[in-house]
Order: sequence, then structure tokens, then C-alpha cells
Amino acid sequence: MPDKKLFDAGVKDYSAAGRHYYSPGYEPSDRELLAAFRVTPQEGVPFEEAAAAVAAESSSGTWTNVWSDFLTDPPRYAARTYKIEPVPGEDNQFIAYIAYPLDLFEEGSMANLLSSIVGNVFGFKALKALRLEDIRFPAALLKTFQGPPHGIQSERDRLNKYGRPILGATMKPKLGLSGKNYGRVVYEGLKGGLDFTKDDENITSQPFMRWTDRFKFVMEAVHKAEAETGERKGHYLNVTAGDMEEMYKRAELAKELGSRIIMVDYLTVGFTAFTSLSKWCRDNSMLLHAHRAMHAVMDRQRIHGIHWRVLAKTVRVVGADHLHNGTVVGKLEGDKASTMGSADLLRENVVKRNLSRGIYFDQDWVSIPAVMPVASGGIHVWHIPELIRIFGDDVILQFGGGTLGHPWGSMPGAKAVRVATEAVVKARNEGRDLQKEGGDILREAAKFSPELEVALETWKEIKFEFETVDKL
Amino acid sequence: MRTETFSFLPPLTPNEIAKQVQYILNQGWSAGIEYSTDISPENSYWNFWKLPFFGEKEVSRIMEEMQACREANPEAYIRIIGYDNIRQGQVHSFIAMEPKT
Repeated sequence: MPDKKLFDAGVKDYSAAGRHYYSPGYEPSDRELLAAFRVTPQEGVPFEEAAAAVAAESSSGTWTNVWSDFLTDPPRYAARTYKIEPVPGEDNQFIAYIAYPLDLFEEGSMANLLSSIVGNVFGFKALKALRLEDIRFPAALLKTFQGPPHGIQSERDRLNKYGRPILGATMKPKLGLSGKNYGRVVYEGLKGGLDFTKDDENITSQPFMRWTDRFKFVMEAVHKAEAETGERKGHYLNVTAGDMEEMYKRAELAKELGSRIIMVDYLTVGFTAFTSLSKWCRDNSMLLHAHRAMHAVMDRQRIHGIHWRVLAKTVRVVGADHLHNGTVVGKLEGDKASTMGSADLLRENVVKRNLSRGIYFDQDWVSIPAVMPVASGGIHVWHIPELIRIFGDDVILQFGGGTLGHPWGSMPGAKAVRVATEAVVKARNEGRDLQKEGGDILREAAKFSPELEVALETWKEIKFEFETVDKL
Repeated sequence: MRTETFSFLPPLTPNEIAKQVQYILNQGWSAGIEYSTDISPENSYWNFWKLPFFGEKEVSRIMEEMQACREANPEAYIRIIGYDNIRQGQVHSFIAMEPKT
């Protein structure tokens, strides 16, 4: 005769009482990591069951009872859905608020954190779609990460640049230039008045220009521009490579040649490589610029993926000194309120829940340094008053096409951008209204800057006016 | 040679300088005056003229101090800084006067 059941085997609802994965009214503590998911269940799946499934399968649970559960203390390791908010205007969509106990996570490991929270649940058949909207990092967990190697104020002190946005340009064409020619383009931009120039995300070490050639010629250009202008300059040397050892080699050469800053494509190299590089940068007194290549694969669709604000927060946690965060006004996607929300998350020390900016949780950064947001992509001189009005001074404005596309070349193009930026800052400080008088301010400055005058004529008509795909 | 913020604009008039000082004070920051004959990029620390004027709310006082600094140091570049003790750092900095030569 077969044994009767030795434990309560079989499939139970995730939301069954006693399993803890659905705990309405549970009060999360400061010690828990909180996540907000936008859930679209399959037809007929109750909200509670869908939410509890996400909580269970991103923490300790699985689809059927197992005997080994009884070896542990299940409530201690269970993530709990403590609140469900149906989304207004949608008939089958809700926000699930889930609290995760700290014991689920390894200290200082973003790889582990993401494998836990988003590693398993997104393919669940019971869900039609799932999007991670926001994460609240508790202070105790934040203290196990390094954060940005330096941060905004330290960067300004290192560069001796205060009271204005920092100006940069990505080198174009994206690919195909030789080392010496590339250095020339860098020199022209920095000499003209930019603070930084930038490798594009897909420049690493290719047959038309190997990395050692680029690093050598670029640093020669940087040093020359610095000596001739009397201002501190830099070029973000991209150390993204196929393996970690190669990345370290490139970072070391950048340091040896006297670069102030290096760059990494943080999503494509992965969080573990990014973390290692970030620690190296603090130890070696190097600024780190993070490019967000590949983010739009995850963050562009409204109901599925990971919202950009989460990907941005991870950069501050791990971290980097600069992060591309959208321009609002240029060629790439980005809803304004949401972009300002993620800019707040990068720059402020304490950020409050604010659904009009897409911020789901209070976030106290417990003195983790701020990250400089970078606005880059399809912007030019006419955008400058609006950019400064929206972002303030603590932003990097990058004008790739907007400098290299100047009819007289990139040195005049850079000068035009610099003159325009300073004129707008000066006018703002004097109390002028940038929204109403922005155009006038630029035209007045053009009177003493022929470079700016030509720039204003060249780009007057260009606009990017498609409806944003994803709005709050 | 350029000298960071506003060095790409025509030299500021005393009235324009005063407006920048007003802006610093309006933000709740402290204004300070520094001078140096060495404007090379490696030089982080310029000479303090007295100390940053913590808590000073009168633009005219700052402008007087700037003149006094100029009288005492005719060969120096003089810059105005805005200092924010909450952020702990400079938040504005521009050269207000070039050497008298």
C-alpha cells in the first residue's frame, strides 16, 4: 500500500493565505527593498493571484509545494505584495507593490539583485505583460555599494567648472576615422570651447582604428587644447571591450596617458563588469561616463520591460559620474515629466514619491553622490535656452551634429555652442525669462559672435515632433 | 586663453557683475572674491581676498571689496565665486576683472 502524503504536496494558489506572497495591508519597513510592477494579467487571472505569483517567483516560491520548504522559515524569505492599485483608464492592468526582505540579496551585487527581481518572472504564462516601474533601495543595502566614483560636486572641483552646464560632443562619423583624424576632430572641438568630447558607444577597437591609436592621438589632442585654451579638458575614452581583462588594460592606458575620464556602455558590458570598473575608477581617481546603449530594448514599451528610471537608479547605486538621461527636445524618445523624474533621482539626495513625474517611492540616497545627467541627441544652439531652463546647470549638454555640422567646421561650431550657453546662463542669472526671451538672447549674442550667427541660420528649421511612444 | 564661465562673452560691465552677485545672494549662497596672477588650468587654489563673505546680503559691500582687492593687487585677475555650504562647493565662478596693465 503506498504511503499517504508525507507533506501537503500539490499546487496551491500563490495568493493563498498563509503563503505570505499576498499580504494586503502589510506595512513595509525601512529594511526592505520595495518594487512597483505594472502587471497585465492574462484574461481571467485575478489581480491578487498575478501579483502574488510575481512576488513568489521573484523570491522564494515555486509552482508546487516542496518538502524542503519545511527545512526553512518561509515567511522570512517571502516577498510580499502589500498593495494593489488598478491603473485608472485600463480594464486589466494594475500596479503591484512588493516588499523584499534584505536577506534575499547579496551585498554589493547588482547582478544578484536583478537576477532575483526580474530574472524569473517576466516570461510567466499567467501574465500577458510585466513592467518594473520603480525600485526603492533601502539605506542598509545602498551602503553595501560604492556609488559613483566621484559625483557631481567632486567632478566640478576637478574640472574647475562652475555655474554653467558642461559642454560636450560625440565624435562623428560614428565609425571609420583613423586615429590621427579622430584626434583632429577632438582637438577642433575642445579648442573651440567644448569641455569634453566623446567616443560613440560602438567605438572600441576596430580594424579602421585600434584602441591604442585612438587613445594616443586623442590624448595628444586633449593636452594640446588644454595648454592652448587654459581650461581643463577631457575625452571620454571608451573602455568597453570583450572581456574584463581587456577593459582594465584600456583603463590603465587612459590613466597613464593622463586622461581625466573614461567611458563604458554599462548595459552591454553587464553590471558585474560595470561594478568592477567603477571601483577601479574611484581607486584610480578617474571620472566614469556611462552610456546607456541597449536601454531602449527594455524601456520603450509601456506595458512590458523595465522603466528607464530603474535602469538610471542602478547607475547611481553602482555607479558612474555621468549618465545619458534624455534631452526631451532632441531626436530620441523621452516624455518630459518622466525625464525630469529620472533627473531628480540622479541628482537629488532625497526624492519624494511623485506620480506626476513617475516616481513611485520615496528614495533617500543617504549621501551617495549625485550623477550628472547627460542630454545628447539631435540638439543644437536653438535648443539651449530650453535645455537650460529644464535642466539647470548640473547637466552635460552634448552637441555632436550640432558642432560638427557647423558650416565653418567644428571649432567655430564649438565656439557657437559655448557662446550661446554662456549668454543664456548670464541672462538667466540676470532674471530674464528663458522661455519667452530665449530666441532674443541668442540673437543678441550672435551680434558679437559670427560663429553663432551662422549656427542660428543653419539650424533654424530642424525639429523632431513625433508623439512619444511611452508617456506617464 | 579662456578662463571658464563667461570668458566667451564680452567683458562684464560693473552693472552686469553686480547682477551676477545679486543672483548669488538671491540663491542663498555666499559670495567670495579671489585673485591670482596665475590663471593656468592646474591652479585650483587662488588667493582669498579676506574670506568668503558668509551671510553678507548687500551687493554694494561685495562690489566695494572687489574694488579694494583691485587697488591692492593691480596685476591680478579677480574672480567672483558663489559658494553653497549645503552642497559644499562652489556653484558659480567667473572672472570679473582683468589685470590693470
